[in-house]
Amino acid sequence: MTVYGSEINLKNLNSKSRCIKWRKRILEVSQKVSALHIAPAFSCIEIVDSLYFSIMKLWDEEEQDVFIMSKGHGCMIQYVILEAIGVLNSFDIQNYCKPVGKLGAHPDLSIPGIHASTGSLGHGLGIALGQAHAESIKESDVIVYCLLSDGELQEGSTWEAVMMAANLNSKNLVAIVDYNDFGGLEKMTKGFPAFAPLKAKFEAFGWETVDVNGHDFREIVNAILNRSRQRPFALIAHTTKGKGVSFMEDVPIWHYRSPNSQEYELAIAELTRGIDA
Amino acid sequence: MRDKFAETFYDLGCKDPTLCIIVADISPAGSISKFRTEFPARFINTGVSEQIMIGMAAGMAQRGFRPFVYTIATFALYRPLEFIRIDLAYQNLPVTIVGIGSGVSYSTLGATHHTYEDIAIASAIPNISIISPCDPLEVIEATKWCASNTSGPVYLRLGRAGEPNITSEIQERWEFGKVRCLIKGTRVALITYGVLTSMVVEVTQQFTQNSTIQPSIYLCSTLKPLDYSKLVEILEDYESVVVVEDHVDLGGLGMQIRALNDKSRLRAKIFQVGLNGNFAKVYGTSDEVLDSLGSGKETLIDLLRAINS
Repeated sequence: MTVYGSEINLKNLNSKSRCIKWRKRILEVSQKVSALHIAPAFSCIEIVDSLYFSIMKLWDEEEQDVFIMSKGHGCMIQYVILEAIGVLNSFDIQNYCKPVGKLGAHPDLSIPGIHASTGSLGHGLGIALGQAHAESIKESDVIVYCLLSDGELQEGSTWEAVMMAANLNSKNLVAIVDYNDFGGLEKMTKGFPAFAPLKAKFEAFGWETVDVNGHDFREIVNAILNRSRQRPFALIAHTTKGKGVSFMEDVPIWHYRSPNSQEYELAIAELTRGIDA
Repeated sequence: MRDKFAETFYDLGCKDPTLCIIVADISPAGSISKFRTEFPARFINTGVSEQIMIGMAAGMAQRGFRPFVYTIATFALYRPLEFIRIDLAYQNLPVTIVGIGSGVSYSTLGATHHTYEDIAIASAIPNISIISPCDPLEVIEATKWCASNTSGPVYLRLGRAGEPNITSEIQERWEFGKVRCLIKGTRVALITYGVLTSMVVEVTQQFTQNSTIQPSIYLCSTLKPLDYSKLVEILEDYESVVVVEDHVDLGGLGMQIRALNDKSRLRAKIFQVGLNGNFAKVYGTSDEVLDSLGSGKETLIDLLRAINS
């Protein structure tokens, strides 16, 4: 059972302000290391923020919902939220990827608030399905949320899980696809024309599926909370890789590289202007 | 072995609501169908989807269940290996991977259905334990142990059906991690495990009739962690130690015992009767396939004669 702390103050902030806060905090951490997967974290900030602050049951002592970051390389957003709600401490974040700390570039089951060791793509949905099925046998109200990258939908194992979730009719399983349209080498739509349409693929497997703008807090929350709960649910969240800092958006090098100090200042200034806007 | 596994699992599963079994379109018949009928939620067939068989088992173990996954050994271990490595071993979850038809048990199905590199592969991955029972009686004890184990994944390497009981006379109880003595002799010790054991017993009996020496037979059903203290004792007590296995020499028990002999600065002569590292191209009985790979009856008899002369 994870002990979650100070959500109240954060819930009073609006989503936009919180998401700027998360982006700034990730940029701060980026100044201590040469690389930390900024852009893959920035594309799913609104999604993960919505889950923690408007969707998941976390502060109920009896039953807590589960979030699995199947796209493990996006874990910086989960770390900074876990820091803000008192699950991780600042020492851990300050010492990201250092021997004295305990956080690495991919989530590890031994870390508080983390529910699966991911990083190798195509693992998260199967584990999420196992957890969801276990909870349905126990007849609990736990919902298991799993965030997938679009790239990991190229893993056959992900589709094994999609088909099996429908076979088991896992109503307590919600998958969210961070559809930023970037694979490792190229745009999904350009390099893999057969990747689209995605919604039809999930639907063909028997999932209830909705497309949303993955940076629109209201669309994400409404789609997930208004699902029928009769079938496994997939949210196809259309996103922009590196979202929030104009020079990082859709630019491949920011998949992994940290900004230098000048780039850092520019990014922070842009995010600060965003708060005032 | 398959039937004893199923019966034992059924008995345990009736009492323990956390036990569940996830199969990938291969299932032990008999008792498991009864289990499926009586506890449908705890019997899951993923179909021919071994990766998700492992992934789901990990997720269920994380939420308080004690899953067994079950299919033909090569598809249980090799096909989803990276899922076993990360979801089960790295996360260190109590899941039992049951591999049926290990070695060349499926002797007419060809190399696609053989599993003779599994000890080396599973041994190399941290946190995984390995058990290879030699008869249905050991299967019962091993299954019970797996069902109560909480310390991490286990690879349970089984044969097929119809293996004879050969350990009913042993006084010493089966224990995880312990080598047991099946026949106590002198000068030569045979160490073996798994479905091959009945052949080793048969050959040794034949050999003893026309020989001045009576070899000992030791059963090493736990392949990881190895019972180092007992193995060192054997290496100290015998002039010759013959390791017989239906596994390639590279990375099998024989090589590990050879390493132990060196490390402990002992001088036992080690002989490995394992597979020669080729894919089987012969179809027939298990003995015939093993002979074609250098680990059958003939090889063992010849070796014992040579040691004796």
